[in-house]
Amino acid sequence: MMKSVPLEKTLRRTQHLEMRGISKSFLDVKANQDINLSIKSGEILGLLGENGAGKTTLMNILYGLYHPDEGEILINGSPVQLRSPKDSMRAGIGMIHQHFMLVQKHSVLENIALGYDDAPFFFPHRHLRSKILELSAQYGLEVDPDKPIWELSAGEQQRVEIVKALSRNADVLIMDEPTSVLTPQEAEELFGILKTMCADGHSVILISHKLDEIMELCNRVMVLRKGQLTGEAAIEDVDKGKLAEMMIGRQIANAYPKAHCQPGEAILEIQDLDVDSDRGLPAVRHLSLKVRKNEILGIAGVSGNGQQELVETITGLRKGLSGKVLMKGKPLNHADARRAHALGITHVPEERIKYGIVPNLLLYENSVLKRHRDTPFSSWIKMNYGVIKDHAGHLVDGFQVDAPSINVKVKNLSGGNIQKLILGREISAGPDLLIAAHPTYGLDVGATEYVRKQIIELRDQGGAVLLVSEDLDELFMVCDRIAVMFEGRFMGEVIPQDCSIEEIGLMMAGSTPTEVLTHAD
Amino acid sequence: MLDIIVSVLTRTIVAGTPLLLATVGEIITERSGILNLGMEGLMATGAVTGFIVTFITGSPWLGMLAAILVGALLSMLHGFVCIGLRANQVVSGLALTMLGLGLSGLWGKPYIGRPLENRMGHLYIPGLSDIPILGDVFLNHDWYVYLAVLIGLLAMFALKHTKAGIILRSVGENPKAAESQGIPVNRVKYIAVAIGGALAGMAGSFLSTAYSGSWNEGMTAGRGWIVIALTIFALWQPSGAFLGAYLFGGIFVLQYMLQPLGISPNILAMLPYVATLLVLLIYGLSASGQRRMNAPATLGEPYVRGER
Repeated sequence: MMKSVPLEKTLRRTQHLEMRGISKSFLDVKANQDINLSIKSGEILGLLGENGAGKTTLMNILYGLYHPDEGEILINGSPVQLRSPKDSMRAGIGMIHQHFMLVQKHSVLENIALGYDDAPFFFPHRHLRSKILELSAQYGLEVDPDKPIWELSAGEQQRVEIVKALSRNADVLIMDEPTSVLTPQEAEELFGILKTMCADGHSVILISHKLDEIMELCNRVMVLRKGQLTGEAAIEDVDKGKLAEMMIGRQIANAYPKAHCQPGEAILEIQDLDVDSDRGLPAVRHLSLKVRKNEILGIAGVSGNGQQELVETITGLRKGLSGKVLMKGKPLNHADARRAHALGITHVPEERIKYGIVPNLLLYENSVLKRHRDTPFSSWIKMNYGVIKDHAGHLVDGFQVDAPSINVKVKNLSGGNIQKLILGREISAGPDLLIAAHPTYGLDVGATEYVRKQIIELRDQGGAVLLVSEDLDELFMVCDRIAVMFEGRFMGEVIPQDCSIEEIGLMMAGSTPTEVLTHAD
Repeated sequence: MLDIIVSVLTRTIVAGTPLLLATVGEIITERSGILNLGMEGLMATGAVTGFIVTFITGSPWLGMLAAILVGALLSMLHGFVCIGLRANQVVSGLALTMLGLGLSGLWGKPYIGRPLENRMGHLYIPGLSDIPILGDVFLNHDWYVYLAVLIGLLAMFALKHTKAGIILRSVGENPKAAESQGIPVNRVKYIAVAIGGALAGMAGSFLSTAYSGSWNEGMTAGRGWIVIALTIFALWQPSGAFLGAYLFGGIFVLQYMLQPLGISPNILAMLPYVATLLVLLIYGLSASGQRRMNAPATLGEPYVRGER
């Protein structure tokens, strides 16, 4: 049980919270390694890092959702065991997830009453109403207690989450990318609320990769990279450029050797493309690009800035609103995935298990997905399994897929081998254009290197490649040009050989190249 | 004529009682996100258990208690498969129906056709039960009838006005949100499934120890399936269960009364399902209707804890 949270917790507030030497692994991936964190009452601490850097894992540990493999957590100097969110709530820690944890059909009151320890068993709503109104007034958090959640805007839902945390006496509030769903006005209001709270002795841990936000709001900032703490500073000691450097700053890795070839004619050309996201918000805005033969165009940027929608539009999975997509001069607007494939586009998708394979089909069946209807793999209604199996055998040998046989279910292969199979399938189709989205995400070092070399090989032999990645190392090592995407637009384009990490980092954070230049001076 | 109406109404309330009990049970189960298609089997097992225990001990109350326990225990099998192993709930539920029907047939073999000496007694309220018409229709029934009403009212109140109700509904709507508030999601689901099983068992023991006073294989006669349909018809609200249970209880009674008039009982037997389809159709047609339909958002989906 909870051995050491002081009983008088409700009276004594969390003045000082400390995490010491936290490590956590998932299977063989080290999500957090020996991380120290501390925060005092009244402080706003920014937690900065790329996706997959371990920010959310660290915060889930603090919120009791994960248990650290090593390390301890101290509140007001005494160690505590946080085994579940309930323990954390009792210890005065509240978390607001990026995707709100609210029951859409229930009212604000019911959502706050859920899991609220002090509410009476009968008529819990009545008891909470006055408390909610009191908190609303105190911090300017306007919420209507009786409205169902689905009627509220994202900003209002976030206020409900904050009231929920405060009603549980949360002194330390963890906010996971709180502005990602807000309009700029709502974000301003949120900042005001957070500042009021901190003046009142609360503290906030803000997970973000928006540098402006960190600069405006935080007292201190900590930077995580690949599970490790790589920098910590008071906000007065840094500027945006410095932050960008801390976030991604490292020696630019040496590029892989590439054949010297002049880019040829344009294979894919996009003019003034607009695409909406699933939520109906603009995801890609007036975007134009060109990918040429013998060329790898990289798209850098933090996830969620329209890359996914862009890729889906080119591969025929999503319809654009306006603008032109031309594949070797032929329009691709409103095409479906089959037509895109027929025009010579192949795709290594972001979520490889979900969209790249059929996990329960056998390896050889997966080796001809999308081409199963073409000769020689089938003739009319008959599948030519002999040819298909030969093809699968060639893929397994040629692309170093480590599988016991071609007769196994694909779901039993490791992530790296699944990716090699997908890559092999897409490359062996002889595409004019390969679109690879985060092709090495989650792969081990060997598989990563192999995948990158294969992509370069394809380019050397005359293919065009569009590579979307968050891994700047990868983009620098592989690409001929890199465009930086932010909020649906290209902020600028760079050549890897003569570009500084700082420059690209600032563009990723939303500065245009001219701003970058003045900044660099 | 008045006699006939009074008789129909009285029998309607009796016929609606097992439907009400089991439907409230299924509503509670489904509100936690677990679909239990095993109601028919649970009712049959409850019926045979209630009969055997009453037959041996001579106490219909012990029979009821045993049926409740067996119903809850047997439904835990479904719970374990669906919650613990996260298997397909439809398959497991159907299997539970087969298992329940089989078990009840096996256990009940020696008791077929033997009459019960002690049936569940009637609750006689001096004065009130003697009121003409009203007393006959509403206040001259066995204990099950009143317990069913009480349980239905309790469920209505608890779902809406208690913490337990909020927790149960939240688990079915958004288990992740519940988990993040420190709710033991799987434990809540197990409890909900057990309550559903217990009420199905109780409904079964009503059939054998109060309604007919004998055991016959297949005596549940598809009531378990009507319960599944009723849960939808009731829009997952206990108040709707009252309406639906007595409405379809009435249809049960009319099936036989209208036969001499040339109306096939098959047509009436079909009505609960047709009505359910109509409800689905009417509410499904508009977005606001779909929202009011109120089906638990994660009904039938296995919940994986701490999934990233």
